Amino acid sequence: MEKFSNFNGLVAPIDRANVDTDAIIPKQFLKSIKRTGFGPNLFDEWRYLDKGEPGMPCENRPLNSDFVLNQNRYNGASILLTQKNFGCGSSREHAPWAIKDFGFRVLIAPSFADIFYNNCFKNGLLPIVLDDTIINDLFESVYGTPGFELSIDLENQVIQLSNGESISFDIDIYKKFCLMNGLDEIGQTMEKKEKIQLFEQQHKKLNPWTFEDLVI
Amino acid sequence: MGAKTLYDKLWESHLVHEDKNGNALLYIDRQLIHEVTSPQAFEGLRQANRKPWRASANLAVADHNIPTKNRDQGIADPVSALQVETLVNNCESFGVPYIPMDDGRQGIVHVVGPEQGATLPGMTIVCGDSHTATHGALGALAFGIGTSEVEHGLVTQCLIQTKSKNMRVKVDGQLQKGVTAKDLVLEIIKKIGTAGGTGHTIEFAGRAIESMSIEERMTVCNMAIEAGARAGLIAVDQKTIEYVNGRPFAPKGGMWEKAVLYWQTLSSDSDATFDKEVVFDAANIKPQITWGTSPEMGINVGEPIPKMGKDGIENALDYMGINDGGSLSDYPLDKIFIGSCTNSRIEDLRAAAEIVKGQKVADTIKLAMVVPGSGEVKNQAESEGLDKIFVEAGFEWRDPGCSMCLAMNADRLDPGERCASTSNRNFEGRQGQGGRTHLVSPIMAAAAAIHGHFVDVREIIGND
Repeated sequence: MEKFSNFNGLVAPIDRANVDTDAIIPKQFLKSIKRTGFGPNLFDEWRYLDKGEPGMPCENRPLNSDFVLNQNRYNGASILLTQKNFGCGSSREHAPWAIKDFGFRVLIAPSFADIFYNNCFKNGLLPIVLDDTIINDLFESVYGTPGFELSIDLENQVIQLSNGESISFDIDIYKKFCLMNGLDEIGQTMEKKEKIQLFEQQHKKLNPWTFEDLVI
Repeated sequence: MGAKTLYDKLWESHLVHEDKNGNALLYIDRQLIHEVTSPQAFEGLRQANRKPWRASANLAVADHNIPTKNRDQGIADPVSALQVETLVNNCESFGVPYIPMDDGRQGIVHVVGPEQGATLPGMTIVCGDSHTATHGALGALAFGIGTSEVEHGLVTQCLIQTKSKNMRVKVDGQLQKGVTAKDLVLEIIKKIGTAGGTGHTIEFAGRAIESMSIEERMTVCNMAIEAGARAGLIAVDQKTIEYVNGRPFAPKGGMWEKAVLYWQTLSSDSDATFDKEVVFDAANIKPQITWGTSPEMGINVGEPIPKMGKDGIENALDYMGINDGGSLSDYPLDKIFIGSCTNSRIEDLRAAAEIVKGQKVADTIKLAMVVPGSGEVKNQAESEGLDKIFVEAGFEWRDPGCSMCLAMNADRLDPGERCASTSNRNFEGRQGQGGRTHLVSPIMAAAAAIHGHFVDVREIIGND
């Protein structure tokens, strides 16, 4: 996984609560057997006026000019500011894949749905949880300041505003470590292979019925 | 040693390792696999030259993409066909047990697992699907995961997790006639909200839950995720044990006796404390209908559609094409969908058939369909003659799969179409772009099919 390093990025706002993963990446695109290429279909039903299908080139599709990500001022945004319970619904990792593929690196919201939140870290995306009042202030700043950017300093867990203010945020130390070092979690876990084997032997003694092979 | 909740017990019995920051390695007993969220995980194994830790601890079945009619002709959509084919090939290459599409046991992964006894009490169960919470109805710790975790689980038989908080939803009293497990869970979501259980594992308890069948409990746990909780749980009781007994993959003989002794310990200690508790009185719960685009946007049958001015309501009313303050019964329905991992089990079909029997689907309904949750549910229903009741009334009787719950196959709503659906999500576009979904119980959907619009099913039952 790519290492997450400090960066400065343009902020785009989606001022809506409970944005679900069906909205982030509609079901027809889940038929892909790849991890990449979902970016052009991020928020497909909000972004385009026609119905998107897998394999359809998106360059000439009619855009919904009302949708925030279609506005020129948010071109090249890499930080998404949004509202509570972002990423609710289906567990599809295609949602963070699409967000990352589109170019976002950081998501800021008052809360995220659990599965989505976890999925972000597996893909080098940083979800940041901030208080409602701070989020609302940030929305005002984004709307009022064309080209509004934020600097993200993951190591120090600080968001730097251009006016000199800063906002600190919490993050689980292990998740931060993996993100900063671009670590492969499977590799990390396999370092504990002996521990797992030991546990498994005990577990098998206590619950032998869970070790019966499933024979179809 | 303090008193423990059921979740504490399940967690601790699977804990391989925990660091000082609370990051734990949790042993996974069973992984269920389907075609949509697994191809990239298997590809990851291939690229890193890794093998499954214990291939036979997994069970795969295709459900999301597959057609629900003319199945003998294969999958018409080449993209869907490739995805299912990829699953078949991956299972073969990595030795993962797979139930083929033409096998009588095929069905929705969350229906098949418990039905085959692949889901057992006390297990940790994961699947790349958020409705994995369903299996908690049997006293298993079951939750949905992303594809990276599918891969991690395959390779290490473990997942890196942090422990959730404990939440209990206690439902006292008894549900009234015509009010179902689906209505109960929709009421709970309406009250606590779609993020009400975020960061928590919800244990459902109380008399109303105790008096439910295992299938009803699955309906309740299934939608725990719609309340934000990754896992829903219900304590093991005699009904759980009877349900599991004799299932194909359930333990037998001496092993069975031993398992039962253990399973009987799977409930929260009476003095266990919960981080959060909500109490409901089942007697006050009415049949529910969702009016909006989030499962929390529900009303009692007969109640007016909420007034504008509340957070986010405007978008939802607009998308759903309804007026605030009006009655949902005034809007004609186009399609009826009885199915999904929430409500496609035999008891759901029996209850719906009871309402439909001797009646006709209203002329204004373009399509009314019943999609059994599995081949076994389908066979059982046919042996009871339920298929004939549905077909004579004008329903289509289909083959098992996820179908119009998420419309990845050919079953879907066209733009603007309004559907009474027994599924779990009413998100924009969920059942087809521009489609309008109202979530209801199977009997409310059946009654709506007959009348062409929503009615209070209690009045129909009352007239019997």
